[in-house]
Order: sequence, then C-alpha cells, then structure tokens
Amino acid sequence: MALIKNPFDHDLPPGDARMVHVHLDGEWVEVPAGLNVIEVARRFGKLIPHYCYHPKLSISGNCRMCLFEMGMPKLGPDRKPIVDGEGHPELQWMPRPQIACATTAFPGLGIRTSSTLVESCQKGVMEFLLANHPLDCPICDQAGECKLQEFAFDYGKGRSRFVEEKVRKPKRVDIGPRILLDDERCILCTRCIRFARELAGDDCLGITERGGYNRLSIHPEKRFTSNYSLNTADICPVGALTTKDFRFQMRVWFLKETKSICVDCATGCNVTVGSREGIVYRLTPRINEAVNSHWMCDQGRLGFHPIHSKHRVLEPARRDENGLFPGEWALLLGQVAEALRKLEPSSVAFLVSARLTNEELFLVRSLRDLLGGEPAILTEVVPRKGQADGLLRSDDLNPNSRGARILGIGADGEKLSLLRQRIEEGRVSGLFCLQEDAVAAGLPEDLLGRLSVLVWQGILVDKTCEKAHWVLPGASFAEKNGSMVNRAGRVQRLERAIASPGRSREDAWILRKLLLALGGEEPGQSSPEIFAKMAATIPAFHGLTWAGLGDQGQPLPAEAR
Amino acid sequence: MAQDGAVPNPTREHRIILRYADLPGYTPDIDCYLQHGGYQQLRKALAMDPAAIVAEVKASGLRGRGGAGFPTGTKWGFIDHAKNRKPVYLLCNADESEPGTFKDRQILYKDPHQLIEGMIISSFANHAHLAYIYIRGEMARGARILERALAEARAKNFLGANILGSGYDLDIFVFRGAGAYICGEETGLIESLEGKRAYPRIKPPYFPAALGLYLCPTIVNNVETLCNVKHIVEMGGAAYAKIGTPNNTGTRIWCVSGDVCRPGYFEYDGGAITMGELLYDVCGGIRNGNRLKALIPGGSSAKVLRAGEVYRIRRKNAAGAMEEVEMRLEDLPLDFDTIAASGSMSGSGGIIVMDHTRDMVECLDNLSAFYAHESCGQCTPCREGALWMRKVLDRMTGGQGRPEDPQLLLDLAGQIAGRTICAFGEACSWPVESFVAKFREEFESKAVAKEEQGRLQATH
Repeated sequence: MALIKNPFDHDLPPGDARMVHVHLDGEWVEVPAGLNVIEVARRFGKLIPHYCYHPKLSISGNCRMCLFEMGMPKLGPDRKPIVDGEGHPELQWMPRPQIACATTAFPGLGIRTSSTLVESCQKGVMEFLLANHPLDCPICDQAGECKLQEFAFDYGKGRSRFVEEKVRKPKRVDIGPRILLDDERCILCTRCIRFARELAGDDCLGITERGGYNRLSIHPEKRFTSNYSLNTADICPVGALTTKDFRFQMRVWFLKETKSICVDCATGCNVTVGSREGIVYRLTPRINEAVNSHWMCDQGRLGFHPIHSKHRVLEPARRDENGLFPGEWALLLGQVAEALRKLEPSSVAFLVSARLTNEELFLVRSLRDLLGGEPAILTEVVPRKGQADGLLRSDDLNPNSRGARILGIGADGEKLSLLRQRIEEGRVSGLFCLQEDAVAAGLPEDLLGRLSVLVWQGILVDKTCEKAHWVLPGASFAEKNGSMVNRAGRVQRLERAIASPGRSREDAWILRKLLLALGGEEPGQSSPEIFAKMAATIPAFHGLTWAGLGDQGQPLPAEAR
Repeated sequence: MAQDGAVPNPTREHRIILRYADLPGYTPDIDCYLQHGGYQQLRKALAMDPAAIVAEVKASGLRGRGGAGFPTGTKWGFIDHAKNRKPVYLLCNADESEPGTFKDRQILYKDPHQLIEGMIISSFANHAHLAYIYIRGEMARGARILERALAEARAKNFLGANILGSGYDLDIFVFRGAGAYICGEETGLIESLEGKRAYPRIKPPYFPAALGLYLCPTIVNNVETLCNVKHIVEMGGAAYAKIGTPNNTGTRIWCVSGDVCRPGYFEYDGGAITMGELLYDVCGGIRNGNRLKALIPGGSSAKVLRAGEVYRIRRKNAAGAMEEVEMRLEDLPLDFDTIAASGSMSGSGGIIVMDHTRDMVECLDNLSAFYAHESCGQCTPCREGALWMRKVLDRMTGGQGRPEDPQLLLDLAGQIAGRTICAFGEACSWPVESFVAKFREEFESKAVAKEEQGRLQATH
C-alpha cells in the first residue's frame, strides 16, 4: 500500500478479482474483472490514447480520445450468450464507440483499439483539439512531454482544415506561487481540477465560460498554494500548467534522467532526477505504489536547489591562524586520522546526519568501532521535526532516521544534551560533525571553541564549518549512490545523477579513506560492496542485496520492521 | 386537407393538460384550481397503493414528453423499493429552453397546481418525500407563480407532513437554474441541483434511477409528463391508453412557431392529426401566402424535413402486420413513431416552420449560434465542433464560403454525433447534417471559389 491514499486506483484491480476472458483486437485474453479497459490494453502492449483519464483520479470521460469499439456477447433466444466451438461467446459490435476510461472488463467484452471507426474517432478528436490550440510548440515549455504533440503525430490528420479565427484565452495566468497557467493551451481535460479536489484537498480550480470559450480558472481571490500544486504540471497532458521553477530552464529531451529518491522527509518519495552537465534541473515523482504512487510534495521537489548554492564548500581545507587553507585530500585525511587517534576514545564524539545513507552510516559505525566503540564514543543524529500532512509529508524530516537507528548511530537526538554536557565538562574534546551544524543542533559556538579537534564534513557553509579545524566537502543526495530506510521500513536506493562539484567527494569515499588511514580494514570501494558487507553484518539487513533493491526498493525483513 | 387561408378546425383538438389553461377567468390560484376539481386525483391516489399507481402509469403507455419519449412507467419501475434503503427524489424538469419549444411554460404560468398535483401523486408512487421543480433561471415569472402555488398547496396540506391525513409526507421546492441549455439534460440537471457546474454524467453507470441526486435513486420527468400522471389516475391507465394510438397514447402538446399564420400550442391525441392538418387547418397555413419549404418537427435539435419529401414508413396495420407505406410530409401523423420513421423525431413537440423565402444557410447559422453558445464544453467534439460549425456558417452567410465548406460541415457533424457524453452532441450536429444534406444546393451556392467571389464583387 502506498503511503498516500489515492481516492481511485483504476490500474490496480482488487486482489480478489476473478479472471475473465475479454476479446482484445482479435484475441481472447485473460484479465482481472473490473480492470479499466485502458489498463487492459496496456497490459498487452497496446496504447489506447487518452488525455483526461488518469489511473489515480476520478473518471471524467470528457476528452473522448480513448473511444474504442465495444463488443458484447450475442444472446440467444434463451437470453444466454451464444458460444463458439472454443467456448467463447460470439460478439456483436456496438455501432457507437465507447470510452475506454469508463468501461471495465467483464466476461465476453470485445475491445477493438484500431478499427476504422476507432481511427476515425481518434482523428476527429485530434482535429478538434488542435482547432483552437495555439500550436506554439516551439515556445511552449511542455514540448517533449506534450501528449497533444505526440498524439498529433500518431493520430492526427497531419493538416488542419480550420481556417477560422482561433479563440483567444488568457496567457501566463499566475494561479499560485509555483504554477503558471496558459489557458490557450489547455485542452480542458480537468485532470488538474480533479487532482486539486481529490488529492490535494484544495478545491480551487474550475472551468468557467461555456462551450468553445471554456477555460480553466482559479476561484476568484484564491491561489493554488497547495504543497502538492506542482503535480498538476506533471499530469497536465499539454503545456497549460507549467512550473515557475522549471519552465524555460531546459528542454526536457536534453535532460539525463536518474532514478533516485527524495531526501526531504522520511517518506522517501521515488523521484527522477533531471540533470544536464552537472546541474540538476528538476525532480519529478517516479511511480512507486508502495511509497508515493504518482505524486510528491512541492517542498521535496524543490529541495534540490541548495546543491547548486554559492555557499557550497568545494575544497578540503585545514584551518590555521590565517583561516582555512586548502589541501590535498590524502594529506588532510591523514591529519584528521592522526588527530582522532591521539584522542582518548571517550573524548571523541560524532554528530551525524540522518540524511546520510545506510552505507555512510555503516562506515561511521565502523569508524567508531575502530576508534574505541560504543559506549565510549558518543554518536548521535540531529532530529528534524516537521508536520505530517496526512498525504506524503512525514513529521520526520530526516530521510534515514530508521537507518540511523538500525545501525545504532543515533535515535532522534536523545543524547544531544549529553554531548553538550560532556563538552562543557571537558570530557569530549574531539567532535566530528557529519553533514550537520553543531550550532544549529544546540551546541553554542563558544563551546565549539573549547574543542581541540573539530572536523566538519558537509556541503554548505554553516557556523560549525566556520569553526572547524578540518573541512571535508561532501556530496549532496544527487551526487552519490546509497540506500536509505523510509518511515515504513522500505530500503530504497539513491542513484548518483551528477558528479560532485569542485574537489568535494562522496561522503562514503571520505569515510572509507579515513577508515583506511586509521588502519581499518577495507569496507568496500563502492556502495554495492559496502551494502553487501553491511547486510552481512547488521541483522536487520540480512537477506537484502543491492541489486535486489532494484528501482522500487524492498521492505526490511519482517522482524526488523 | 385544407389549403392556405382555410378556416381552422379546432374541434378535433382534445385538451387534457391545457383543459383549463386558456379558459377565460381561469387563474393560477388554488381556489380556482379547486373549483375546477383540483386535487381530487391526489385524494384518490393517496388511497391507492403506490405500486398500483406505477402499474396504472405503465398500463397507460405514457411516454416522456421531454424529448426522448422514454416510457414513464418503465423509468419508474427501475427503482426496486424492496431493496432500496436510500431516499428517493423526484425532479421535475422545467428547464425548457430549446428553440421552438414553449409548451411547458404555458402549464407553469397558467395551471401550476396541475403540475404540483401530478408531482405529489408521482412522488407518492415513487416513495419520494422530497421533490424539486428545476426551472430555467430566465423564467422568473414562472418561478414566482410556482413558489406561490406551492405555498398555497402547503397551506391546504396538499404538501408537507401527513398530507390530507394519509401519513404521507412530501415537500416540493423550486430550484432556479443558472440558465443553460445543458441544465435541462437529465444528469446535468442533477449536477446543477447538487450545486455543481452542470456537466452531464457518464452513463452508464449513473442512470439516475439507480444513482441520481446525491447518488440516490432519482426520477426526472418533464412538466407535461408529470401533469399527465394526474389524468392517468383520474381515468385509469387502460382508459388513458385508449387515447391516441398504440405506443403513442395520450395527448401531446405541439407548439408551432415560424412562418405560419397562427403559431401557438395545440393539444391533440397521439397520431390524431397529420402534419398538414396542423399546419394548414389549425395554424392557418403558411404566412403571407408563401409556400412551405421545410420544418423541424421536434424542437430545433431534430432533423429538418423538406417539403415535398416522401417517406417510406414501416408501421403496423390494423391487423397487426408490418406494412410499408409511402407518405408525404403533410400526411405524417403526429406521433413519436411515424416522425421517427421519417428520419427525424417528435422530440419536445416544437414544430418550427420555414417558408420558401427562408435562406437555409441563414437558418442553420442561427441554430448553430444557439448550440455553439449552449454547449457546456465538457466533451472535446461538442465543445470544439459546435463553435467550429458556427464559425463556418457565419463565414458562409457573410459571403466568404468555400467550395469545401458543405462537406466540412458534414464531416464535423459526423465527428460529433454519437461521440459525446450526452445527447447535446447529436442536438448540435443533427441540424447541420440534415440541413446540408437536404438543402445541399443552397449551401453549395454560398460556397463558391475565391476567384468567383472576387469576380462577383467586381461586377457589383
């Protein structure tokens, strides 16, 4: 079950649905009863084109693009179907086309997806849709992802018979903080209206005017402020709704698409990272019925921007009396290892981020064990609390709190006050901050001044970085591989989309080097290798493999959940 | 058959629904209605078993008077009262607005209590305790008359709790529509009543008798249909079925507009009068001594019939066997089946007459303007096609027709009809299909090549 509750699941028949035989383009096939005809065709590699249908929204049946020719079992005088030699019913085909989105599979249903009638319907609808459409493809930012454009190629007549003046509708309507509307391009499929009403719970969109002057509008004096508003740009089949953040930034066909997960909260929405030449341009939700279905929140979607911040730390450095001085990785990591080794185990502490991957946390754990182990060495993660919204947003804003807990690194900041106390008492003199700002976590700046060893590893300059003795530039979520455990106990993979900028390196690389510099054994050179070692060591991950996680992740074994 | 200018013969008119409507001194007041025997059938019905009333309506053969002609008793029979646990609603469709149709308005304005009595009986028969009259927003006067009539009926306990001591409760409310053609479409009406934009619902599965108002079983009937129920109770289903012809029982109100000497509304038994008799005997023939050119028999969405056409009609003869007869337009008996067999429909009973001076392209342009304006815009073909057809016709009437336009109009109409959620697709395309098919020469004469347009302009 997805963490978000969809009001409709037209593509997922009930588990107990019986199998029925339907006649699809000349062949009898078996499908679950009640399955939507568009989905029936899809299962057998046939596309019934559609605009208004979306598997997770109510059926509106208005675009008329999915018209198909429907057959019904022919009944004999006894009102029972007449069957052929193979036991299949003889079909009689209805003269009027039917919409596939509002028809579901039943025994003896006949489906023709490409008959003369169907093709005439598809051509007809395309001609109508294109009649008043501005056809401004070269300047429309939906090009490359526009179903109108794609279906015009596949089902259109190729030339227009429309010589009249087109209906002009509003352009560039600002309907919300993140969404712009071009009414001229809208084909009135009402997907966005239904999404806003049925999923986002913000019923602010609607249709005004009549007939050919119909247009999508926002309720007067309302703004589409929902934290899920950007999903409407994804489901808009044309370029009517575009995101202010992405429009005109990059043509989609130039983007490299990488399957990864969102790290903005513990839900772990599956995303596709769109990047080009080392720059991430957008995150879009990737379908995972066990996590986020088709959706993600705006906050998570826009959460990638800091990775291209001008405050990004790009060079490893050591602080001397003149300030930070860049150095070679090998040299600096050797210095850090030496400094940590000199300290008593009980005077070393790790302040770790629960935004790190399992593999990175496993290396932190290995480092801790090498230096003296628990309980002598204190490790803790910094909690981030938000507000759950009942949809996808989790109250835990760390994406891997469960991983940190499973690996014994920390548990929601329970030991933060103890850390502070130990520094105040002078019992801790070496602190390693991993992707965390100790000051923001509640340790006063002057307290950090008392530390003899302060190592900082992260991506953006913060107060701790400004105090640190060693600065180790790490990588953002888009720049590394790894796995995380979401709030439901699902282990999912991050995939590296872009290279780390400057001389910054993946956190796992830094930690491994440090581990080796301290004389530790080889933990593995890549995420799959480290994961394999972790799965062999940590009982909660027993049985899981890197490859087995796949693109959709795997739940933790039952005993670990 | 009388010719132009002949004395009309109104004696064959059989007024049941309009019996009192035009009686001198007859007012919409309840006292007037009671003096003329009003609410007697309600008393009779309340003493009956609701199922028995449904049986009488079935026996009467009453077909809906809103346009589609669906058997009323069958529609009522869709609700299984033994299994149903939800409230049942009765909705009166008083959203009459199609060009050429103005019959319900007469009932609402002149005899509202007849409708109310018919609605109470119908509600009782269908176990409904709440009913609405969905009236077109523009009919403000009708809404006021109905409000007043309902208040009068309530004051006399024909409405409200424990009606006339029978233990049956019912209230009826007037709901003023937003003034859109689509609000009169059965499911669009329900959506509008629910407070939403009047977009028709996909059928199936939303047949109103199963899932109607608030997804409860709902009966939607036309004003004239509901009025008929009162008379069925009065005379009994079997006696009512004897009026008219089989399958076209009872009377029908025909409203005639256009180029006739005496336009108006007339009530006749089903099939009792021919088109020619109605036009020439009753309506006094074609205006100004002109000739009949065409007529639309059932509201503007019906297909146009051309004068001089001869139809091959299959019908049952007196012995019950099927036979095929040839009929001229003027000989068509006015009933559901014969007009349907002529390739059009009797629809709402609105007959629009056009004489030989009419420019059919102009006429169609006028109708298309209406349909382009009234399309709700839900389905792509109707939304885009209705406006496109209107623009083509506008251009043609403006002297900018092209040789390909007649075929384009037929193509567009063909791409709409049968491909939309509701019947508006047919409503906007059938006139276009029939006008272009039957008066192709007029369309072609307006559709001249560009060079010719230039030449014509140069010579004038």
